[in-house]
Amino acid sequence: MADYKMHLLVCGGTGCKAAQSELIKNNFQNQLAERGLENDVQVIHTGCFGFCEQGPIVKIQPDNTFYVSVSPDDTREIIDEHLVKGRIVERLLYTDPNTKTQISESKNMDFYKKQVRIALRNCGFINPENIEEYIGNEGYSALGKCLDELSPEEAIKIIMDSGLRGRGGGGFPTGLKWDITRKVENEQKYVVCNADEGDPGAFMDRSILEGDPHTVIEAMAICGYCIGADKGLVYIRAEYPLAIQRLKAALSQAREYGLLGENILGSGFSFDIEIRYGAGAFVCGEETALIHSMEGKRGEPTFKPPFPSQEGYLGKPTNVNNVETFANIPPIINKGAAWFSSIGTEKSKGTKVFALAGKINNVGLIEVPMGTTLREVIYDIGGGIKNGRQFKSVQTGGPSGGCLTKDFLDTPIDYDNLLAAGSMMGSGGMIVMDEDDCMVSIAKFYLEFTLEESCGKCTPCRIGNKRLHEILEKITDGNGTPEDLTKLRMLSHVIKDTSLCGLGQTSPNPVLSTLDNFIDEYEAHVNESKCPAGQCKALLQYVIDDESCTGCTLCFRICPVGAISGEKRGPHYIDQTLCIKCGACFEKCKFNAIKIA
Amino acid sequence: MNKIKSLADLKKLKEEVQSKIKLREKGDNPDNLIQIKVSMATCGIASGAKDTMNHLIEELDHQGIDALITQTGCMGFCYAEPTIELTMPGKQPVIYGYVDKSKAQEIIDKHIKLNELVDGIIPVSYKTIDE
Repeated sequence: MADYKMHLLVCGGTGCKAAQSELIKNNFQNQLAERGLENDVQVIHTGCFGFCEQGPIVKIQPDNTFYVSVSPDDTREIIDEHLVKGRIVERLLYTDPNTKTQISESKNMDFYKKQVRIALRNCGFINPENIEEYIGNEGYSALGKCLDELSPEEAIKIIMDSGLRGRGGGGFPTGLKWDITRKVENEQKYVVCNADEGDPGAFMDRSILEGDPHTVIEAMAICGYCIGADKGLVYIRAEYPLAIQRLKAALSQAREYGLLGENILGSGFSFDIEIRYGAGAFVCGEETALIHSMEGKRGEPTFKPPFPSQEGYLGKPTNVNNVETFANIPPIINKGAAWFSSIGTEKSKGTKVFALAGKINNVGLIEVPMGTTLREVIYDIGGGIKNGRQFKSVQTGGPSGGCLTKDFLDTPIDYDNLLAAGSMMGSGGMIVMDEDDCMVSIAKFYLEFTLEESCGKCTPCRIGNKRLHEILEKITDGNGTPEDLTKLRMLSHVIKDTSLCGLGQTSPNPVLSTLDNFIDEYEAHVNESKCPAGQCKALLQYVIDDESCTGCTLCFRICPVGAISGEKRGPHYIDQTLCIKCGACFEKCKFNAIKIA
Repeated sequence: MNKIKSLADLKKLKEEVQSKIKLREKGDNPDNLIQIKVSMATCGIASGAKDTMNHLIEELDHQGIDALITQTGCMGFCYAEPTIELTMPGKQPVIYGYVDKSKAQEIIDKHIKLNELVDGIIPVSYKTIDE
């Protein structure tokens, strides 16, 4: 076996892969071999480091150097300078945007300082395609502990005492769910992992499956042992090819090592896992719809009760948990309930993974203790708003959640606080908006998503959301009336109260929360025919300021509809009846003479 | 690969494979470990720093002593290459010059194991920008 003196970790998450990290890894391997260093330096393709904004990431251990935005052309320099001569390649270090100093160790970066990584503990640390690296880092020891030392009741009690709640959005206590499924008597039960992550901008579950697939396998086996099931199913969307590939590889390795299959670790307990593919329908994240889809039926929800824990997959008791929930299980079993419940707030224990997106400097994947404030997440970890703009709102919980204003920035994040603030935890998408985003349009965007994804089974969701969308369209087109705002609110409540499943019951949340928090923007649209953010094209006018216009004729030449006229070196004018508000002149004018009125 | 048939097998495999990722764990928590930096610029490499580093890694591993051994750039004592900087947990770093294999062995046997200083320490006569 080669005796490696250095490890070179190259991020192999989807984001970095799209930025050529595969080629970077190959370059390293080839160039190391050219120099005969292949037995001194090991190149490892890991899961997501989370700092996607600065990808591709390359980390060198043991000297703990963190390189960002590495390109395939940089590999030679890293080998020649860093690996051979021990000189850090400074131009590839991360520069702190506030202090402008370069930071070589990730633990000194604001992005990582406030994070606590439990579910993501192995992402960016081990090679997800090598089961031995997982085993070497406490992998499968929790399963071993359960099978060897703990009765199913004792293991469930640890999960209950830890205070772990479902990370898929609902926040139902995980231990309780396991206990209920355990107590239903049946000779056949199932464990299902919900990997149907559908919120726009969310990629927590994908990253866990890509970076640490064995943790999910181990946790599902533990769940099977606890509830008395010998079969597990992972429901994953087919558009996650890398996650599927790594999960498949992990499953076959686990079988090969005897950690799945008959008589695991000589305990008499048998368990195996199959993969089921989803076609990417949002509603299939709802557990009853998910189960129907796995059975080969239409992905439509049904009324609860009966709950899946009573009658689930093929009519048998089924325990459904989300990927991130499962990823928390092995550390809880290993380190105990008291350790886990010491992290977080009174009613929400542990950590939560968030996918940071939108107008924020550090787009990426983060994991913070429950009770961290939105301000810490957005400004300290996220690095603040892009291009020095002002923060306006943060959307949590995806299409089922709401938009929070700056008044909520100091709210500690947990299930209950977010609900009280009119949003929800959801699966962990967090989209940050700045002053250029129109909140009416944002509400409309989310509604478009729900309209598309509504399965059409129940009337309030199918028709109600369509009507909501029409009213919002009317407002953004400049034809809204004050009565429309009352109608929006009333209809939203009807949809919430009468829809069959979680999708319909939460779909008006983006509308209601923007109505509550940004009513002035709605009023500006309907009363003054103005869009304060300058996003609703129907409501804005491009005009040329006489004083600033130099008559360069640039706008005249690029206007696609010939709406601009004027003499050379004299002020130009826009004919509002012809203007299609494409904004081309506004972007091109070198003298800032074109204004939005 | 033989199947893992018992918890004891799993623990055994874990111990075998743990060392493969230990290097990464050490890098994340360097403060409680013995740290050795080997100066590996052109001058150091020409004087045999690579052999010194290999010997340190192998010998410490062989003796089961946990240490973080990294390479660094030129420390400026080119006349005394190979040079190493040794930091025992909680102590000030010490720099040794002319560290060939036998010197490295002496440093391991005396300084690291018995905490006795060895001849050949280069007094540090500069201040860093952090001080």
